[in-house]
Amino acid sequence: MKRDLICIVCPRGCSVTVEGEIGALKVTGCTCAKGEQYAIEECTHPTRTVTSIVRVSNREDTMASVKTSCPIPKESIFAAMEAIRGLSVEAPCCVGDVVCKDLYGAAVIVTKDVL
Amino acid sequence: MMKHSVVIVGGGPAGMAAAIAAYDRGVTDTVIIDREEELGGILRQCIHNGFGLHKLGRELTGPEYADVYKKQVEERGIKVYHTTMVTAISPDLVVTAQSREGLMKIQAGAVVLAMGCRERSRGALSVAGTRPAGVYSAGTAQKLINCMGYTVGKKAVILGSGDIGLIMARRMSLEGAKVEAVCEIMPYSGGLTRNIVQCLEDYGIPLYLSHTVAEIHGTDRVEGVTIAQVDENRRILPETKRYIPCDTLLLSVGLIPENELTRAAGIPMDPITNGALVDENRQTEVPGIFACGNVLQVHDLVDYVSDEAEIAGLGAAEFVLGGGKKGVSVSVKPGAGVRYVLPQRINLGEEKDVPLFLRVVKPYGKVRFTVKAGDEVLATAVRLKAAPGEMEKIVVKKEKLADVQGEITVSLEEIV
Repeated sequence: MKRDLICIVCPRGCSVTVEGEIGALKVTGCTCAKGEQYAIEECTHPTRTVTSIVRVSNREDTMASVKTSCPIPKESIFAAMEAIRGLSVEAPCCVGDVVCKDLYGAAVIVTKDVL
Repeated sequence: MMKHSVVIVGGGPAGMAAAIAAYDRGVTDTVIIDREEELGGILRQCIHNGFGLHKLGRELTGPEYADVYKKQVEERGIKVYHTTMVTAISPDLVVTAQSREGLMKIQAGAVVLAMGCRERSRGALSVAGTRPAGVYSAGTAQKLINCMGYTVGKKAVILGSGDIGLIMARRMSLEGAKVEAVCEIMPYSGGLTRNIVQCLEDYGIPLYLSHTVAEIHGTDRVEGVTIAQVDENRRILPETKRYIPCDTLLLSVGLIPENELTRAAGIPMDPITNGALVDENRQTEVPGIFACGNVLQVHDLVDYVSDEAEIAGLGAAEFVLGGGKKGVSVSVKPGAGVRYVLPQRINLGEEKDVPLFLRVVKPYGKVRFTVKAGDEVLATAVRLKAAPGEMEKIVVKKEKLADVQGEITVSLEEIV
């Protein structure tokens, strides 16, 4: 197989080519090790960090932003969003607080202080 | 009249980083004036990730990036005037501000402008059609969704492929809306390539280059838009008109530095950046007034905003401590292929390297940038590609600046 990708690890956006068979993929065009890892994962099991919001149950009209603690499988993004919509937190909550321990292999954590 | 050594106008990423830099240089009487209730500025609504890779070495969301700086402001005990709006700055450094408690006047030792930017609105576009509900600037929609938890629409078209538009295309898709199209009037996207990939391609959203919204339809609510291709002069080609039913139109058509205070203070401006003319310390042409962040030039990355704000904060502190001596300076001008360069002026004889920030006029393949003063080459840099949406940085070494004569220019040439 041969795939041309744009690396999304950082804003540089390197044009990357991945060639060969799974297990022995050859990556060209990367300018860093993280990019090489991204390119291989993108061709084997693509993942993304999901960010969204959850309701703050004891505050009126207040949302807390959240993210998955690590990237989750790309095909699970919409299912994860559905699950996140069902979550809520109680104020006070702080950056790093865990809202859900396991969502497709990641925790859901708060990214904003609501005091 | 109140007195403070350094007054920072704006509590977003630029204002916070400038305040910390000024404080750490020894000017502890540094204050931030912010019109919002909480520090963080626009980062508070940018809940997506991708912030901080350069500056902090880790990938954070917008609110997390803001939180890092907010905690540093708090640790230092830097005074913040919240829900306070600066209404005037005078050339002799008197800052007038309005808060719930009333009007206050502060005699500042130095002022740092960090007011950020705002979005270009529908009114600036002259799009034909009716004026129904459902037309939002992308940033307004972002605030409604991310901070207030509203749904802005179910079926959207986005005009403009700036980063906020791309981010909102993904955000609306995640929230269950269908994004029918992103139209970009230019033949290339104004956003970062990575955002085209992770916000559009991931969600199967088509990007139509050289396209615009020709007409908005609907009486109470948007019912649809007519999109059309444009020619090389950005004129609509009538035969390409196509109707797309939708209930929402998001506009991501450019950011305007919020420089009303700057202009009213009589500070000379750069007509290209729409920000003040500054030197390498980010001092404007009015002694003691500095500028940084999106009010100075619209940035792609907050990391670079923080870098620039540190320069300005440090400059303001040095001004207060040393009184701002002035020597010989040379101007910096854009040459072939370069739209603007910042700073626009460099003071000679200051023993430090000077990074130049610039944008190119159109997308290029491999290019070589050359910084010259007369026939003398001060710096060169090769890039594999260059695009207007991605700011370039070229450092000029201090030894090269020692005996520069005349104007400095930065130009590019395409190479193979």
